[in-house]
Amino acid sequence: MTITDFLFTNAPALLVAIPLFAAFICPIAGKISSKVRNLWVMGMMLVTAAVAFILAYRVFVTGPVLYVFGAAAANFAIPLDSGGIPIRIIFTVDAMSAFMDIICAIVGVSVLLYSLSSESRNSGLEGYYTLFFLMIAGVFGMVSTGDIFNFFVFLEILSLASAGMIAYRIDGGLAVEAALKYFILSTLGAIFVLFAIGIYYGQYDALNIAMIAQRMQFTMLDKIALVLLVAALAMKCGAVPLHFWTPDAYSLAPSSVTAFLVVASQASLYGLFRVIFTMYNVTMNCVTVGWIIIIFGVLSMVVGVTMAIPQKDVKRLMAYHAISQTGYMLLGVGVGLAVLGNTELTSAFGFMAMEGGIFHIFNHAMYKGLLFLTAGAIFYRIGTRDLNKMGGLGHTMKYTMIFFMIGALAIAGIPPFNGFASKLMIYESVYLFNPLLAIIAMVVSILTLASFVKVFHSIFMGPKLPEYADVKEAPLPMLIGMGILAAIVILFGLFPQPVVDIIVAPAAHALIDQGGYIASVLGGA
Amino acid sequence: MLWNLPFITVVVLTLIGLVTVLMKKNIVKILLGINILQSAANLFLIALGYREGGVAPIFTLAPSELMVLPTPQALVLTSIVIGVATSALVLSFAIVLQKKYGTVDLDKIRRLQG
Amino acid sequence: MRMSRIVRTAADLLYPAILIFGLYIVAHGHLTPGGGFQGGAVIATGGALVIVAYSYKEVSGWLKKNVLTGQEVTGLVGFIGVGLLALAFGQVFFFNYLAGSGSIFGVPVPYGINSGELNTAGIIPLMNFAVGIEVWGGLTVVILYMLSGLEKEGC
Repeated sequence: MTITDFLFTNAPALLVAIPLFAAFICPIAGKISSKVRNLWVMGMMLVTAAVAFILAYRVFVTGPVLYVFGAAAANFAIPLDSGGIPIRIIFTVDAMSAFMDIICAIVGVSVLLYSLSSESRNSGLEGYYTLFFLMIAGVFGMVSTGDIFNFFVFLEILSLASAGMIAYRIDGGLAVEAALKYFILSTLGAIFVLFAIGIYYGQYDALNIAMIAQRMQFTMLDKIALVLLVAALAMKCGAVPLHFWTPDAYSLAPSSVTAFLVVASQASLYGLFRVIFTMYNVTMNCVTVGWIIIIFGVLSMVVGVTMAIPQKDVKRLMAYHAISQTGYMLLGVGVGLAVLGNTELTSAFGFMAMEGGIFHIFNHAMYKGLLFLTAGAIFYRIGTRDLNKMGGLGHTMKYTMIFFMIGALAIAGIPPFNGFASKLMIYESVYLFNPLLAIIAMVVSILTLASFVKVFHSIFMGPKLPEYADVKEAPLPMLIGMGILAAIVILFGLFPQPVVDIIVAPAAHALIDQGGYIASVLGGA
Repeated sequence: MLWNLPFITVVVLTLIGLVTVLMKKNIVKILLGINILQSAANLFLIALGYREGGVAPIFTLAPSELMVLPTPQALVLTSIVIGVATSALVLSFAIVLQKKYGTVDLDKIRRLQG
Repeated sequence: MRMSRIVRTAADLLYPAILIFGLYIVAHGHLTPGGGFQGGAVIATGGALVIVAYSYKEVSGWLKKNVLTGQEVTGLVGFIGVGLLALAFGQVFFFNYLAGSGSIFGVPVPYGINSGELNTAGIIPLMNFAVGIEVWGGLTVVILYMLSGLEKEGC
């Protein structure tokens, strides 16, 4: 078969196999020389991103893609002598999974370009790149799989690799404490997910998500499993009652790792939506669960932005803002969930709320990654993160200042950037549901803008300080990495409508449509 | 009542593990609490696969054809490997913290506030 | 610190037995309980016994971290290479292209209760060997790094 046929058919498997292969060869490449290792790492990341884009193109043009590991053919989901039960591990890539794949590919390439120069002064780099590729394989596996135990395995791979990378700078001792706190909470969450998987297996004798969705009857045990899964996955994505690991972990990790941790938190958010919308859908009481998610969202927005205002450490401040923006995504999708049983309200504003929440996932990964990378560039040049000690950097670090300004305006929701497009969709649809929630969201947005004006003024404005007299601009690979994200922020802000039509609306449709998901795995071959 | 004994053991082990993780201050004791919780989850999965009068699901020199379910045993193998990796990582963190601060008591190590 | 002569002699006599038992568990993974991870963990436990009997300073002369890391990487690349080789043959990732084909490990599996044929089950014994070598190297490296981390003053 030709090379394009080969890539089209085997793309889901290559998406996980190539990062794993790259991770395993990194130690040997590091022993030869550091130039060989940099070339190997960059080449493998570009190949992985290319495979992700090919897979996304195929999914958006022809529909959900199945890949059955170890079968006679790639879409041979049900063996002939099994009585209609899919028995192997199946990767089900539908439009929502392809959406998350695109996010991970873009942020992965930018972060890798950035870390080629920002980590060049440290030692122990074989471990850094090995763990980085394991994180990438973990995120790609989590968002592409159609089997709930496979989701748990990739969730654990991601937690272990992230904990190792947060503790990368072991000469201080603070980073190790943050990683320990993150890892203990993460392991508790994973054990709860394992209990929920046990409950599903004991009742329905199936581990495939489509199979469980077909047999779901919402008994008392299913309610317990839903509570365990929502609690564990909300903890992993930084929603408010369980957000205590986020400021420590985000501020003490190396900056390139923090930009990727944002994507990892959003992969857990994807898992939460996949469980609620595809496994349960209308068999549960949509209004109650929708309101619970709305309350998580509102608490995250308000607590995040109020705790961000008095911070002095610039990355800790940005971490609290990340919690606040996660609240927007939860609010949008929660409103969509609360009206799911009612078809006319869904077509009036529920579908637009879901589109707003899902579009905000993409935008948040772009501008939050850009902001963390600029904070890392500043730390690389002047060696401190304390806002009281910084000042007057706008005279020499001009490109960094422009990128920071683009990121700050995007997060506050100012018009020509992409934050405005998704926040406007959320405001309009949530106002039709309950006006008080929309007003709270707008006030939070204003407080976000105030907080970032303060940060911008204290870092870049003012006279040049004498101790920073010989600070130069950030190195070129870091600028290119930040430039990719900034270009997408501007582009999606200027032309949001084609993006919503091509990428976001099919993803929202695929999330709501439980029957289509089941039919693509079980109904067809 | 006797047939539910594995599940009662799961509940007791879960409670012991949760109390240990939440109440103790030494990192090594918290790690042991996590190990107890993982053992509880593994026992829950294996106990779900039991069938009356079944033997181990191995075809080599098996006494009878009636076997317990083999799928939960594969899930538990994966979970045990994840438990080993978790223990190795937390113990490495404990070694680094012991070198930096001279103690593994979490109350004395806590420096990140706000 | 070095243990007494009795402990060192017992560790010397037991280590080959543990090594062969661990390799037996790895090699028969498709017939009896066990497989790659379990066998590798048994062999690493034998290594830990030797480290406890002799002190860490002596053992660090025999077991080198570079060799063990190379062993770990070999096992990992072998595992994923066997899976990718299925893609090179035009099949699906991790397809069992050796089962029932007559070449190495290719005898068809007899149905029902039998007395265990070693030559069966396709790529599964190859993957067991890869994972066994990898876990042996990996767990021993973890023990050696933890001991060296405790020895030096201030990381």
